[in-house]
Amino acid sequence: MTGTANPALRTRRLVLHLVCIAVGALIVVPVWFGVLGGFKDNGQLSTNPLGWPDPWVPGNYTGILGSEVFWRQLGNSVLIAVSSTLIMVGAAAMAAFVFARFAFRGRELLFTLFAIGLMFPFAVAILPLFVLLRGMGLLDNPLGVILPQAAFGLPITIVILRQFFRTIPGEVEEAATLDGCSPFGFFWRILLPMARPALATVSVLALVSSWNNFMLPLVVFTDQSWWTLPVGVQAFQGQYADDTARVLAFVVLSMLPALGFYAVAERQLIGGLAGSVKG
Amino acid sequence: MTSSSAVSGALRGGPATDPPAPGPGTARRRDRRPRPGRRGTLAAFLTPSLVLFLLLVVAPIAVASYASLYKWNGFGLPENFVGLDNYTRAFADPTFRGDLWRGLVLIVLSLVVQLPIALALAMLLNQPLKGRSVYRLIFFAPYVLSEVTTAVLFTLVFSPNRGLGDTISRWLGADAGAVFGDPDTVLFAVFLVVSWKYFGLYMILFLAARQSIPKELSEAAVTDGASAWQAFRHVTLPLLGPTIRISVFLSVIGTIQLFDMVWVLTGGGPIHASETMAVTMYQYGFRRFEVGYASAISIVMFVLSLVFALFYQRVVMRRDTEGALTNQGDQR
Repeated sequence: MTGTANPALRTRRLVLHLVCIAVGALIVVPVWFGVLGGFKDNGQLSTNPLGWPDPWVPGNYTGILGSEVFWRQLGNSVLIAVSSTLIMVGAAAMAAFVFARFAFRGRELLFTLFAIGLMFPFAVAILPLFVLLRGMGLLDNPLGVILPQAAFGLPITIVILRQFFRTIPGEVEEAATLDGCSPFGFFWRILLPMARPALATVSVLALVSSWNNFMLPLVVFTDQSWWTLPVGVQAFQGQYADDTARVLAFVVLSMLPALGFYAVAERQLIGGLAGSVKG
Repeated sequence: MTSSSAVSGALRGGPATDPPAPGPGTARRRDRRPRPGRRGTLAAFLTPSLVLFLLLVVAPIAVASYASLYKWNGFGLPENFVGLDNYTRAFADPTFRGDLWRGLVLIVLSLVVQLPIALALAMLLNQPLKGRSVYRLIFFAPYVLSEVTTAVLFTLVFSPNRGLGDTISRWLGADAGAVFGDPDTVLFAVFLVVSWKYFGLYMILFLAARQSIPKELSEAAVTDGASAWQAFRHVTLPLLGPTIRISVFLSVIGTIQLFDMVWVLTGGGPIHASETMAVTMYQYGFRRFEVGYASAISIVMFVLSLVFALFYQRVVMRRDTEGALTNQGDQR
């Protein structure tokens, strides 16, 4: 399989590269169109959608970066993603600890309840959830997005963490208990540090799904100052429908944090997805 | 998507499949002894997640099933009991019936177009190819973009005069910009954008599964005289079976709840031609304040997901592994 002069093999490899490049182009070209389009004005976009900007117009990007709206939405997205992840992972880790290492009546029943929760798509619950949140006075309150996101993320996180906690030998717990460790002490000082890779995986999955959530912030926040980036992007498109170049710049800027995060956490993300399917 | 990919994890990694870890056994022995404070510990550890889950996941479903029996605008308490009228209305409504049909079309398209392409690309990236990690990085990247961002980007890509639509039209010799405005093509256009975002996910899953198959197996088949295709068809493909079945599952569940992409790309139009159940539910629930009717649609979505999940797990995935939902008995 070394690439020495086998012409058939070389042709084959060339074809494979061409296929990959074609598929890659389908992905890169729309994004590239957006990045360059942000540096154009609308006149250039009509006459020259794909080429380099001439002249370069940085105003679309600098205008958005200089406005408060983008940064506030970015901040809201970060606040909501980080808080829901912390709450969810915290609550899920405690439950997973009990499910993994205690035997008690009703354990399997409870666990099944959570597992069935995996079947509830957000879209199914959104309407009654809205009614409930309104009743609790959580509309236009970040908790109205944070808590439901945490709740809907619990099932998968409990399932993954429980599996991981089970792989930690019972002797570790015995030893800790003999040394006078309370269950909480064992959980906090020994189990959680040992589970760091699994915690990283579930956190990355939770961050991405919170970051991309649209439906819940859409219905919970009528107050614009709480909007997250997905809601903001959609509203921006509606507001500047005639100014394509400016909307492109906003879309590109809103993509950057996600793509940056992907670059950093690619391994956890892919490992987590592949792992959660393998179970 | 991440939350639904989770579904399969739970479905497959249920209690029955877990290796008998030493932990629970020893814990059980010790814990049988009544110890003061044990109950308190259990309660303390379980309360946060139980409260969140019951209040924000289970209660809404219960509220929806209750509200679906009333004609209710969402304000005050529901008082106008109408029995199953909302359900009979939904199943008589051409839009909702259309939603079901369009959902089916999207599912079939995913299964015969999106998944095979993802599988082919995964096999391709499994070859010793220079730069394949770069290809993989690019192919999977759209998955991290939100559906909203993707949808707005593609709206602009195809926008008349200022997008790539005109350029593509010139290449194709057809009007590419009009695909989202034509009831005959809009559903396929939506499908293409959905595929753009999600094929990388399935590719990654297939690739991970492929790489966990020992090389020796297909090599042995080739040594025995099988063609590359035969080796794939009769050795690799069956071994990928579990992952393929999970991907089908994720694809179906994902399609049943499809909302963001459609809402931003087309709003369900033109004339309902790209509307999904979730969009119809949103229209009635949040725009027309027919909360009772919209709740009935929610419950139909829920029941469809649940029935599909249970059926699929019992009938199709059973041979892969015993799951959490169907096989509780073994654990005790």
